Amino acid sequence: MSPVEMNLEARFDAYVAEEKKIEPKDWMPDAYRKTLIRQISQHAHSEIVGMLPEGNWISRAPSLKRKAILLAKVQDEAGHGLYLYSAAETLGVTRDQMLQDLHAGKAKYSSIFNYPTLTWADMGAVGWLVDGAAIMNQVPLCKCSYGPYARAMVRVCKEESFHQRQGFQVMLNLAQGTPEQKAMAQDALNRWWWPSLMMFGPSDADSPHSAQSMKWNIKRFSNDELRQRFVDMTVPQSELLGLTLPDPDLKWNEERGHYDFGAINWDEFYNVIKGNGPCNKERLGARVKAYEDGAWVRDAANAYATKEAARQKNANASTHAA
Amino acid sequence: MTESQHFAAVLRLGDDALVLGQRLSAWCGHGPILEEDIALSNIALDLIGQARNFFTLAGQLENQGRDEDALAYFRSDREFQNHLLVEQPNGHFGDTVVRQMFFSAFALDRCAFLARQTVNADVAGIAAKAVKELHYHWEHAAQWVIRLGDGTPESHQKVQDSVDQLWAYTGELFTPDDVDTACAEAGLMPDLHKLQSTWRDKVVACLERATLRVPEDGWAHRGGKQGVHSEHLSYMLAEMQVLPRTYPDATW
Repeated sequence: MSPVEMNLEARFDAYVAEEKKIEPKDWMPDAYRKTLIRQISQHAHSEIVGMLPEGNWISRAPSLKRKAILLAKVQDEAGHGLYLYSAAETLGVTRDQMLQDLHAGKAKYSSIFNYPTLTWADMGAVGWLVDGAAIMNQVPLCKCSYGPYARAMVRVCKEESFHQRQGFQVMLNLAQGTPEQKAMAQDALNRWWWPSLMMFGPSDADSPHSAQSMKWNIKRFSNDELRQRFVDMTVPQSELLGLTLPDPDLKWNEERGHYDFGAINWDEFYNVIKGNGPCNKERLGARVKAYEDGAWVRDAANAYATKEAARQKNANASTHAA
Repeated sequence: MTESQHFAAVLRLGDDALVLGQRLSAWCGHGPILEEDIALSNIALDLIGQARNFFTLAGQLENQGRDEDALAYFRSDREFQNHLLVEQPNGHFGDTVVRQMFFSAFALDRCAFLARQTVNADVAGIAAKAVKELHYHWEHAAQWVIRLGDGTPESHQKVQDSVDQLWAYTGELFTPDDVDTACAEAGLMPDLHKLQSTWRDKVVACLERATLRVPEDGWAHRGGKQGVHSEHLSYMLAEMQVLPRTYPDATW
């Protein structure tokens, strides 16, 4: 590193330490840029892959009101994808490059979306738990040091909190419904609880990017801290629903002032990341198919835009000539 | 216009909206570009909203205790009275936007009439809101037909095929049956023959801008309004209705 770069980096660190925002045209260390591109694109991919498990139930939503709410929710996820791809583009990468990386399996997305949505109650469990965990992770990002990401997250979080409430409402209706509906809700909770806890990522000791991201004010709380908060928040909600969290070790610890919970199956977590989850192939396959099937449409839109621009130019030229 | 004709006319408005909304919602997560996932979902949401309003009103007119969900989920395909056009499969993106362009051009004019008529103020109220939505649906679809038609040779051919394929489903929109005729005479619904000429002008202008050939009028498929549908509708309803039919006592 040259003395000039060292100086820039020291100024950058001091700037970030003062809780000031970095904007696209500001100088930033390469590693900071790379970390953000990785994180924001991964986040954007999670939004669009995340449309698939819930999109799976739009056609079968059990009332027109539920159908409209679910469709609006999944549409919001597309909107989040859009803000986040745009935020990542401010760092000098294109949406198309990011999509290529996703399709080639080089870029990750949240592993939770590799689980199947098997019943309508999964729409409740996903909204309540998965969006709930996402909010826990994302609220601190509203204060992230990178301005465009922080601002995108403010909007995302507002909508996510609506999503979580609607998920809880679906669960509540089921839990208070017929015995079959209640069983459906419990079954969904059993299947989604542990994967939701895994959403916070590996324990701090095994989390490769955590320390540097904390220093750069991209990350504010450790994975374990956020996971604990999520458990503490969710236990009373499950009691309100009259449903049982599938963890025999779950109990209040007076001394810690927190709930203790059982060991997470990290073997499963790493296997799902590696591609062995129940729906990895389907999810990525659906994204690749949409992209490939849509190629002729995007080509047509580009060709038309080029023709229109040429026609406009000719029209202007003849106006001037006249 | 009898009470049952009045009911049928309003129910049909809901059926068109629901069936097309259900079709379009299948694009969510699978569009050619993220912006289109959002746009098509928006249109689907508008249509589902319109269906809910028309079904609620139809249920009130019928006065048999059926609400929006009873009408959506507990009727068979033979009881649905939507036009055949809206139940046609999504196909590729070009098929979807051509279907949308044909329908929106019709629905927009129909809705503008409904907003003006004074026979049923509730219908007018729903239509006044829907007309703004349908205007956007028409614009969106027409713009895409133009882009695809005047895009690449491949897109031109594909969308020309869509136009040719779907044209035979447009005649039904303007073929009145007893319900249409009685409701038009009562002033509740528009005269379909009058709508046809403005529809044709708009659609032909769009196709010409898109450098597409206007198909010749030939055989027009019909039967939707009498509940005689294409094979596609029953599958669509089977999927849509599965939960309420499996758990008829449940509320969601």
